[in-house]
Amino acid sequence: METVTMFSWSIDCLLAASLLWIAWCATAASDLFKAIVLFIAVGLIMVLIWIRLNAPDVALAEAAIGTGLTGALLLAVLKRLEPKAKTNS
Amino acid sequence: MEEEVFSGALDPADKPSLFTRYLLVVLLVTLTSWLVSVVLLLPDRNQGLSILVNEHLSLSGVRHPITAVLLNFRGYDTLLEMSVLLIALTGTWSLARPSERIEAEPGLILGFMVRLLIPLMIMVSGYLLWVGAHAPGGAFQAGSVLAASGVLLLLSGWRLSVRFVGWPLRTGLVLGLLVFIATGAAMLLIGNRFLEFPPSMAGNLILVIEATATVSIAITLTALFRGEQPDAKR
Repeated sequence: METVTMFSWSIDCLLAASLLWIAWCATAASDLFKAIVLFIAVGLIMVLIWIRLNAPDVALAEAAIGTGLTGALLLAVLKRLEPKAKTNS
Repeated sequence: MEEEVFSGALDPADKPSLFTRYLLVVLLVTLTSWLVSVVLLLPDRNQGLSILVNEHLSLSGVRHPITAVLLNFRGYDTLLEMSVLLIALTGTWSLARPSERIEAEPGLILGFMVRLLIPLMIMVSGYLLWVGAHAPGGAFQAGSVLAASGVLLLLSGWRLSVRFVGWPLRTGLVLGLLVFIATGAAMLLIGNRFLEFPPSMAGNLILVIEATATVSIAITLTALFRGEQPDAKR
């Protein structure tokens, strides 16, 4: 019993730490493409955290909308931004 | 370090002054410490509204408390959420400039993968919709999986046939919201309040609302990914 709680506790700590670390990397990334990919990674870690918090409904919504479709939308926006930036410089 | 971080996407001229930055840090630290203290002060075993929801679950027509809250007890919120999606699409359509309609044939492997994946995704979406009545799932999740298959189709070069660009597409977009409002308004006719479903019919009504909502959410999200309004003339 003791080892199980220790194990889940360390998993939780690992998840929380990686979430904060990847979130920081995403905001600090100078390359927008890198930032979007890291944002998707944040969403995936968040899905695992929602599952750990016993909220499978939120996890499903996060995986499908928050991570999958928002990531695709952001990449589509990036594609639209790119030719504009090239003509400016 | 600071220079490296902020050069790139942001214009250096937009960089806030030193005072603004320190003010931001102070405000953020205050907000964070306040939030942490609130979380720490929360009562240990706060049940919230879950007791109330579980007590009335038998009246909702579904067996999953979250679907019961979303579609029955707090149906208004879901209704407004769907209209927000529609308004977002209207905004995107009015802002995006139309571009050339380019239809492309996917390669052999991509075409095969798409043919394999799309039916599977439609099935998963249907499963999520059906299972929402008694387990995690529901219209938004099912709709976004269906929208993901639409995004996949768009990425592989497929475009909506010109025949469906006009009113069929628009009907699909508003169908979920219309059915939701019509069902809610029909409750007025039988003497209930707006969106107040009688327990005997609630299950079927919620299934109809969720099914049409799934279709509309999927079309709206796919159209949001496409960006510009599909033009019937091209």
